[in-house]
Amino acid sequence: MSENDQVQRDQVRGEWPLYEVFLRGKRGLNHVHVGSLRAADDQMALRHARDVYTRRNEGVSIWVVPSANIVASSPAEKDPFFAPSGDKVYRHPTFYDIPDSVPHM
Amino acid sequence: MTNVEAPQDLQNLFDETIAADQRIEPRDWMPDGYRKTLIRQVAQHAHSEIIGMQPEGNWLTRAPSLRRKAILMAKVQDEAGHGLYLYSAAETLGADRGDLTTKLIEGKQKYSSIFNYPTLTYADVGVIGWLVDGAAICNQVPLCRSSFGPYARAMIRVCKEESFHQRQGFELLATMMCGTEAQRAMVQEAVDRWWWPALMMFGPPDDESPNTEQSMKWRIKRHTNDELRQRFVDMSIPQAEILGVTFPDPDLRWNPERGAHDFGEPDWSEFMDVVRGNGAASVERITNRKAAHDNGAWVRDAAYAFAQRERLAHDRTTGETS
Repeated sequence: MSENDQVQRDQVRGEWPLYEVFLRGKRGLNHVHVGSLRAADDQMALRHARDVYTRRNEGVSIWVVPSANIVASSPAEKDPFFAPSGDKVYRHPTFYDIPDSVPHM
Repeated sequence: MTNVEAPQDLQNLFDETIAADQRIEPRDWMPDGYRKTLIRQVAQHAHSEIIGMQPEGNWLTRAPSLRRKAILMAKVQDEAGHGLYLYSAAETLGADRGDLTTKLIEGKQKYSSIFNYPTLTYADVGVIGWLVDGAAICNQVPLCRSSFGPYARAMIRVCKEESFHQRQGFELLATMMCGTEAQRAMVQEAVDRWWWPALMMFGPPDDESPNTEQSMKWRIKRHTNDELRQRFVDMSIPQAEILGVTFPDPDLRWNPERGAHDFGEPDWSEFMDVVRGNGAASVERITNRKAAHDNGAWVRDAAYAFAQRERLAHDRTTGETS
């Protein structure tokens, strides 16, 4: 079922929409996806995210976003979408032969 | 960008991912049977957490001290949280949370039969933490490496929190065992009632477990029911000795040849009977769950209507149309 089908079905049945939850574990770290929940609106989604995903100080900051608003790439790893970076080994430092005697490199 | 692949290629990619011990993620192609098995297992697991609030919730208002009440409240809240982590994982498979709740209430999906036993004394709270949550941990630690990513990640969160559950239970019992003769007897009586149902939590013996083989091939499960049951028995015996209680099994003894404990056979006819819905508390559990769902309907509807109204008001003031 696509995201849009799910959104339409929720609206017909009066179900609260699905939100994705992202937590910043502590200062200096990125927000990381931890799961999803259902809430009537944005503020409720934040409060529910606090109750469900941070009962033990797991986060100092929470993002919630309606799942329907996530834009995602196609899932298969061999997808040609990622091909442009596949054949460019010269982007990696190990591509270059440098004598061991060269210091600080 | 659309890249239509032959079903055989998709199946091969799935098989290679499993064989390489990589995780399957929600938008990957997967066989229908894999998806169905996971939805069944994750939903059943989620329902168990939600129904699992009731046996202990029964004692919240009668906890013997404020300390015990705060601990028990935190534990019951955790069970709710675990249910929600798991419903979240089930939704990534295309299941709908509302549908799952309906199926639970209508008896079309199961939950762990352990929660159909009543909690008769406060010692039951301790024994549930020690043995029931202990058995759950045995089951759940290998599931942290389950092949479906969202399920494995949910189980990692659950297992971290489950450790508190087991330890508070053991500490509660250890405290009671330092009390009066009557309190010690209450602990032993609770252990006697819960030991066999705890062993049944691992499911039927391997030769009667229809789903195990395929689930292990798919790496949804990592160990058989009997392997996990043996592990639990071996873990629990030294803990019981420290606590000063015994298990109600005359066949329980160390087997040096196997390097493991031998133990008796649970009463599988009782297990099947409880699974079929004839447990002492089966009807009560579902009745309570249905009442909570029905009584909460107006709150869900009101919150939804309020959110819709706020959205419309917001769109009008900002001139947006959405």
